[in-house]
Amino acid sequence: MEDKVIEVNFGPQHPSTHGVLRIKVKLDGEIIVDAQPVIGYLHRNAEKLAEMGGYPKGMIYIDRLDYVAALNMELGYVLAVESLMDVQVPERAQWIRMMMVELNREASHLIWLGTHGLDMGMLTPFFYCFRERERILRIFDEITGSRLLYNYFAIGGVYSDITPKAMDMIREWTEDFIPKLEEIQSILGKSYIYVSRTKGVGVLTREDVLSYGVTGPMQRASGINRDVRKDSPYLYYDKINFDVPTRTEGDVYARFLVRIEEMRQSARIVRQILDKLPAGDHYNKKYSKPMLVRLKATGEAYVPTESPKGEFGIHLIGDGSSIPYRVRIRSPSFANLSSIPTMLKGYKIADLTAAVSSIDPVFGEVDR
Amino acid sequence: MSDSILVTSLEEALKWGTGKSLWPFTFGLACCAIEMMSAMGSDYDWARFGSDIFRDSPRHSDLMIVSGTVTKKMAPRIRRLYDQMAFPKFVISMGACASAGGPYVRGYSVVDGVDQVVPVDVYVYGCPPRPEALIQALKMLQDRIVSGRVRH
Ligand code: SF4
Repeated sequence: MEDKVIEVNFGPQHPSTHGVLRIKVKLDGEIIVDAQPVIGYLHRNAEKLAEMGGYPKGMIYIDRLDYVAALNMELGYVLAVESLMDVQVPERAQWIRMMMVELNREASHLIWLGTHGLDMGMLTPFFYCFRERERILRIFDEITGSRLLYNYFAIGGVYSDITPKAMDMIREWTEDFIPKLEEIQSILGKSYIYVSRTKGVGVLTREDVLSYGVTGPMQRASGINRDVRKDSPYLYYDKINFDVPTRTEGDVYARFLVRIEEMRQSARIVRQILDKLPAGDHYNKKYSKPMLVRLKATGEAYVPTESPKGEFGIHLIGDGSSIPYRVRIRSPSFANLSSIPTMLKGYKIADLTAAVSSIDPVFGEVDR
Repeated sequence: MSDSILVTSLEEALKWGTGKSLWPFTFGLACCAIEMMSAMGSDYDWARFGSDIFRDSPRHSDLMIVSGTVTKKMAPRIRRLYDQMAFPKFVISMGACASAGGPYVRGYSVVDGVDQVVPVDVYVYGCPPRPEALIQALKMLQDRIVSGRVRH
């Protein structure tokens, strides 16, 4: 029989695409010879809509970028606006922000772990992860009033203070989370099938990572020790002890280990913040709500932050009016996703879902 | 009539069966899909209501939950997936985006409402709707199927 390359279409509707990704895969038998991602199925013009309202109104579109880690997105925007306008933020508000962001990182990684399990054909981790995630969401519900998209960070602080009940919930959560995480990790990590399907699959070398601009856990799994929280600390990350986990293998299994370790570190950060949380105001009185609509700014600001997916940056340009002239979003998933052709070439078609889900793409953010 | 005999027509039995065994289609579009997953996850566990198995193929399922923003690029695909589903089929439009464009209604690439593409049986409001709201929509759809107040 003659050699024939066939083209297979993966997505945009497929349970393992984590949304609406389409990949055009060229196959020679079972081997992938080429894979091209096609994006844009969730293009919702977030950038342009954020440029239509005032500075505070842009927040709702930023919230919906990476919808599983909405607070991390809000943080990037709020820090950019504050650095553009030189807003002073009370100390307590900054600590609250830090704690909420770390909790949301846990929630995001838990979703990833659950759906990654699904993609690998295991249903149990999904239910375990969602059980743990619901606990975090209940804390968010108590503090912010919503479960998924919060609009909680305001320019100059946060909208509501942390109640004593919420403090107790968080404290209780930090105590039981680590044993639960170990349990979930052992379901996947001790499974021979999982390990043999992920070790040595979807390898990205150090050079690939640097040339594609891949950031976040994927980058750290390929041996690059880079974390915005450590390298250029924002909020009070310099006053907190935490490690940045790295691996050198660069395969799917390494990404799994890095993310699990990151969850441990986030829990460690939350525990430290609970002890350090100072008393005081939770927002800057000068920027109470009626004033927000009239905020004006001139100049430029770019603030990178470490979102669960990687380096998330907002580039704001103000032209002196109350509406931002440009809101440019540097979305980590977009850069990570561009490594798909390199990551898949030469592997079997069965490795495709493992490799794609190890990127942890969220399409609100990829397509913007 | 004896107590042990259940008298019904085939039609009634079919309606009852369809309502109590809706198989949804795994079809996540955007943020609302995460709440749909929560509804299916451990805390809300919507398998309790008989709509147990999320199927990955449109041909295996009879309920489509449009969970998220419908863009102009995605709309033809949604129609195609709907056409591939077997009869009887039902659609729940979940969230502000799927129902009316939501916060993105002014965007140039967003369809304002999935009802321009496929017929919708139940709308759920919220951005995103809580899992409880989605479960209520499911119950509503089931009641309507059982009492015969659906499109078909
Ligand atoms: S209704 Fe809200 S939560 Fe749902 S997809 Fe639209 S923006 Fe996202």
